[in-house]
Parts: sequence; structure tokens; C-alpha cells
Amino acid sequence: MASTAAVPFWRAAGMTYITYSNICANLVRNCLKEPFKAESISREKVHFSLSKWADGKPQKPVLRSDAPQV
Amino acid sequence: MLRQASRLLSRSVTAGSSKSTTARAFSTEVPSTIDSTFVESWKKVAPNMDPPQTPSSFMKARPTTASSIPTKLTVNFVLPYASELSGKEVDMVIIPATTGQMGVLPGHVPTIAELKPGIMSVHEGTDVKKYFVSSGFAFLHANSVADIIAVEAVPLENIDASQVQKGLAEFTQKLASASTDLEKAEAQIGVEVHSAMNAALSG
Repeated sequence: MASTAAVPFWRAAGMTYITYSNICANLVRNCLKEPFKAESISREKVHFSLSKWADGKPQKPVLRSDAPQV
Repeated sequence: MLRQASRLLSRSVTAGSSKSTTARAFSTEVPSTIDSTFVESWKKVAPNMDPPQTPSSFMKARPTTASSIPTKLTVNFVLPYASELSGKEVDMVIIPATTGQMGVLPGHVPTIAELKPGIMSVHEGTDVKKYFVSSGFAFLHANSVADIIAVEAVPLENIDASQVQKGLAEFTQKLASASTDLEKAEAQIGVEVHSAMNAALSG
């Protein structure tokens, strides 16, 4: 019962829809004219810290931040 | 007894969803609009407990489809950071579905369409408003309401043509030199998005 539905090229390459959609959105944002481009980039800044857990303790956190380093 | 309960419960869910146009009571009174034979059997088995609620009793009734086709399409166009159009009544919307430009008129057959990078135009009388949509989905409902969601949607005037040309050249070159599947896919996406923007600006 193998499904032979045609998959989009990005799904065949192992990408999920969210990744595809975010890449498209970033490309469009990069092609905007000046005041809009700066606004959209500042709107999309993220700041998060991710740590994997082992033995009930958080390991070293991975920090992803677009905020200026203080 | 518990084995019977799951069969009776699943029976009541299907009966409940077929009567979804009736109003739902939140109180603990007997939901007599749902399967009454189930409720009777329940009361015999557990007279002191209320019959269980099914998910459909918590949902709002599905809006009824008008018997005649409405004259206007109601559009809700939302982005993650803003609600671009909310409940706006228009004559027609043309959306860039993956299957091609799709014109949506009032009374359109219910559809879920995935959008590709392209132009979405909203037609109201003689006004046409165009947006370049990066990707998203369009949900067309039976009652002539269209919910369009996009990640980025910009008016065409905000796009910088020289950046688009540069990007197109860059990604075409990346596509030629890409080695892994993932790189090829990313370059292909770049080429598609920039070509769509190019076509939007010149078309």
C-alpha cells in the first residue's frame, strides 16, 4: 500500500513545510525597499535558549539571539 | 460493561455530529438532542452520574450554508503579525494556489488550497488591491467566507526590483553549483521565489 503521491521537491529533499515557508518569507523580506525591510527584520528577531536534558539535569544551553550583545 | 461503554460512546458522537446545527447546552442537564437511547441506557447503568459530554457538544455549530449564493465573498486575510483584512466583503479574490491562479467568487466550492509565492488580488467593484504572498494557505468555506493565511504579504510597491534581480542571479548560480539534495532544494526555492517576484513586478 505504498503511497505514490507526488511530493514537492523540498519534501523529497527532507525539508518540512514550515522550513520551506520560512525560507520563502525570509527571501521576500530581504527584497523589500528600505523602511519596510528594516521594520520586517526587527519584527522577526528571535531570542531563545535551548538545553537538552540528561540524567534529570539541563546540559549546556544553546542560545540563539538576534538581540544586540550587551 | 466498560467494553459496551466505548461502543455506546462512539455511537453517540456520530449521532451528535449529525445534529450539529442545534444549540449546545453547557449545563449538566440531559443533552436530549444527542442520542436519547444512549442517555436512557446510561441512566439505567449509572443513575447518579451525568451522561458524558462529547466533543461536538463543546463546539459551536457549523454555520449553515445559505440556500442561495451570497452576492459578496467575505475575506479574512491574516498574517502572523497583523490582520490585513478582517471580514471584508468583496466581489472576487484571485489567489496564487500551487495548482495555478485560482479565482474565488461567492459560492465557491469548499476548498483548502496551498499557496505558492505569487500575487493575490482582491477585487471590490473597480478597486483591485494586489499583494505578493510568500506562501500560506487559503480555506474557502461553503458559506462564502475565505480565510487566507500567509506568512508574508507585501504590496507590490514595497518590493525592490534590483534586489530581486540580484537574488535571482545568486540563486540561479547556487542551483548550478549545489551538491547535496538540501542545498539544491534551497537554491530551487530561491529561484522560484525570486522568479515569482520578478514576474509580479513586471506583469
